[in-house]
Amino acid sequence: MTTARSAGQGTRSGGGEAPAGLHGEVRGGSHGGLRAGLCDDPPDGFQDDAARVPDEALLRAVVDACGEGVVLCDAGQVVARNAAAARMLPAARPGTAAASAGEALSDPGHPEGESREVAVAGRRLLVRRESFGTRHRAWYLRDVTAEHARTEALLAERRRTGFLLEAGRRLASSLNPRRCARAAVELACPFLADAAMVVLPPAARRQAPWLRSVPGRPVMQEGVIGPAEVAQVPGLTEALAGFPPVPSRWLDPAQVPEWLLPEGFGVAAHLLVTPLPGNGVPAGALVLARGAGGEPFDEETETLVRVFASRAGAAISAAALYQEQGETNAILTGGLLPPRLPQPAGAELAGSLRAAQQTSLVGGDFYDVCLPGGEAAGGEAGGEALLVLGDVCGKGARAAVLAGQVRQSLRALLLLERRPGRLVALLNRCLLASAVPNSFVTLVLGSLAAAAGGGVRLELVVAGHPPPLVLRADGTVEEVASRGSMLGAMREVVLEPVTVELAPAEVCLFYSDGITEAFGGPSGREMYGGARLKTALAGCAGMPASAVVERLEQLSTEWLAGRVQDDRALLAVRAKGVR
Amino acid sequence: MSVAALSPGLRAAGERYFDRIGHADEFGAVDVVLELLEAGMPAERLLLDLIAPAQRRVGELWAANDWSVAREHAATAVSERAVAAVVARVRPRPHLGRVTVACTDGEYHALPTRLLAEVLRLRGWHVDFLGASVPGPHLITHLHQTGPDAVALGCALALRLPRAHAMISACQAVGVPVLAGGAGFGGDGRFARLLGADAWAPSADAAADLLAEGGLPSFPSPAAAPAHLDDEEYTHLTRRRPLLLQTAMGALGAAFPAMASYSPAQLEATAEDLGHILDFLGAALYVDDEELFSEFVSWTAGVLRARGVPQRALGGGLRLFHGELRDFPRARRILQCGIAAADGGHSELEN
Repeated sequence: MTTARSAGQGTRSGGGEAPAGLHGEVRGGSHGGLRAGLCDDPPDGFQDDAARVPDEALLRAVVDACGEGVVLCDAGQVVARNAAAARMLPAARPGTAAASAGEALSDPGHPEGESREVAVAGRRLLVRRESFGTRHRAWYLRDVTAEHARTEALLAERRRTGFLLEAGRRLASSLNPRRCARAAVELACPFLADAAMVVLPPAARRQAPWLRSVPGRPVMQEGVIGPAEVAQVPGLTEALAGFPPVPSRWLDPAQVPEWLLPEGFGVAAHLLVTPLPGNGVPAGALVLARGAGGEPFDEETETLVRVFASRAGAAISAAALYQEQGETNAILTGGLLPPRLPQPAGAELAGSLRAAQQTSLVGGDFYDVCLPGGEAAGGEAGGEALLVLGDVCGKGARAAVLAGQVRQSLRALLLLERRPGRLVALLNRCLLASAVPNSFVTLVLGSLAAAAGGGVRLELVVAGHPPPLVLRADGTVEEVASRGSMLGAMREVVLEPVTVELAPAEVCLFYSDGITEAFGGPSGREMYGGARLKTALAGCAGMPASAVVERLEQLSTEWLAGRVQDDRALLAVRAKGVR
Repeated sequence: MSVAALSPGLRAAGERYFDRIGHADEFGAVDVVLELLEAGMPAERLLLDLIAPAQRRVGELWAANDWSVAREHAATAVSERAVAAVVARVRPRPHLGRVTVACTDGEYHALPTRLLAEVLRLRGWHVDFLGASVPGPHLITHLHQTGPDAVALGCALALRLPRAHAMISACQAVGVPVLAGGAGFGGDGRFARLLGADAWAPSADAAADLLAEGGLPSFPSPAAAPAHLDDEEYTHLTRRRPLLLQTAMGALGAAFPAMASYSPAQLEATAEDLGHILDFLGAALYVDDEELFSEFVSWTAGVLRARGVPQRALGGGLRLFHGELRDFPRARRILQCGIAAADGGHSELEN
């Protein structure tokens, strides 16, 4: 085409007309015609060897052989076209008006020499116009239908790949079934359909939870449906049972119940119900609907939906498994969590437990409070409440299990014995008989009773544990003078029960060595130590028990500055003032 | 929410309430709020227009050295009880989505965040409030187990911004968008945006409005880490913290002979103050904001002034670090702004 253009330019610069040889229809097939033309002509196709001017038939054959269509117009009338143009634009016959061929040969305002794309009878043509003199215009046409289709296919493939990448990213992020299902519907709508719903397998009372995304609305719609509603949706019962998906064309969208679609959606024109495959059992089903005017689900889309559904199903079922294990875990560890503290008569209690293992809330440190007559009595019945804070050997879940056993043993032993010293000795024998190896425990145990003249009285036993601190009304802090042996190691334990009286507003603090043996501070290598804890407690004079515990925990956390090493437990008893 | 909008009745009640918490009188304070509740005052207004302003005054009084730490904590504990008493009376049924509300790891100023949790509950959200100083792994475990629509993360002190950033990224990595709030994120929320939070709200009621309007994306699009962190100044400063403190304590002892007679506890308090300066410097480096640091210095100058600590000490400490951090151009620039703020406070005192 470079030649034609330069020829045209040459003619235009000369101000003359186009070669007359192009007038009239060029006949014959493209390549066959070229070969035939060359054979009919003199040996090298030139009439006059000296002038070397090609004759009309040769020019015609050359233009005809060109794969690009050429249409020549004279004052708006088609005067000639080549074979390619006849194929691409049959309407542009010589002798007809160029405009009658439609927008292909009519482009008012479009700059000369620049290509534009037009759609003609299922083809995509790239059209360019050139002027030759004042009257003649030539249109050059290139058929880009195949190219276009290839590009479209590539872009569609890229969109599908992008979609699956995004789906992988979003579905992989959460371990929560509801979040995964939500991600699935939000991905599916609007990319795959105008409305998308995920129905999860029926749970309690055969009710199946569902989530639906509505375009343009931020809040996810959620609900549950029973087996009767499930049966109303074509293919849903089968999908939820894990049967292979039914092609969309076999599902009758007219049977879709109204509740399935978001409000204002109108009628569903196309429906696709796909199972979400899970761990051997289905993870749910994906219901897709396209509204009136929407394209049917083609084979490619159905394949894509199946790939997507398998990813969504894998994510949802993994999350469901995690959820199930989490729930089992929560039930098993429920008894190991620090208890809700009751408020025994005359005293105010507050506790805090920070596990070294930050994903869980349980560890080897524990505290517990048992009211006389059990929790139901509310502790107002009088008698003595039992307080305990301890530390079992080890960390994490193993330690937490032993800590739970200690708490349970104490509650059981309390039925037989309420005197702290004898209770602890009994607990020691329990631990020695325990099947768990290395069941070593240190603890502080106290029985709390309201004192006659206001305030409270604590009978304390210290077994291998840091002794409690007492904050007096005048702001001084003293350590309870009691020592005793660790439990679970020897048959005989040596204990020194001691009685501590708390006047109103005075505080007794039980703590674990995770507080005092925390390494940190300005150098990052210093131990917190008992002296700092005493100073900190002295600064808590006048605070309610909850504020005391929170302040001490905060100071300890700041000391550690993120270097958490051990479980930390605090339990404060504050004698109530008279109101 | 402005003070002018408050009715005289509420203002008088606010005074009574403030007086009660100042005396650590739990029953008195609870009586004040429950009376107002029974008189028809909406619970949300009680929380935001009565309890929250009272708590702000508590903070100011502590800064001015009018109140001891103990009194401040006691008052806050009473306010916690008052909040509990209000929400125990009003039990709204959750009809909106689920939101997890948590304080940044290390953040113990939990009351503002607790107020947000209660306001969201009152508005009909299913709220899980995880409390003060929530470790990142605990929060993420909770997110997997409960699958909330959003996390509301509270940060009262800018000091915790590096950890807040880690938590924001962690929440987003598990596909849960984050709404940031609290004074720590800056009065205009600029640090929330910088650290890639999906949204920010200046107050509890604004946060509730934002959530109701669907102001959060259903899936977060995390921002890239701030480019200025590439210079690793924050990392090196954090690593060198113990050494810097040791050097600074030595230099300070030489500059202030009075320190020779300090008790170990006083020395430790001085080291803690210097450590606090370094931590704020670290936070300012992390978000590359000089104003954050100079605001902290001005505030600290005010607190020290109220406690009768010589003003020279603060500027002296800052100059020490400025001298030590030779190969930290950003930190030095930030320290220079801090020194200007400290000197400004000083001259103001002399005038």
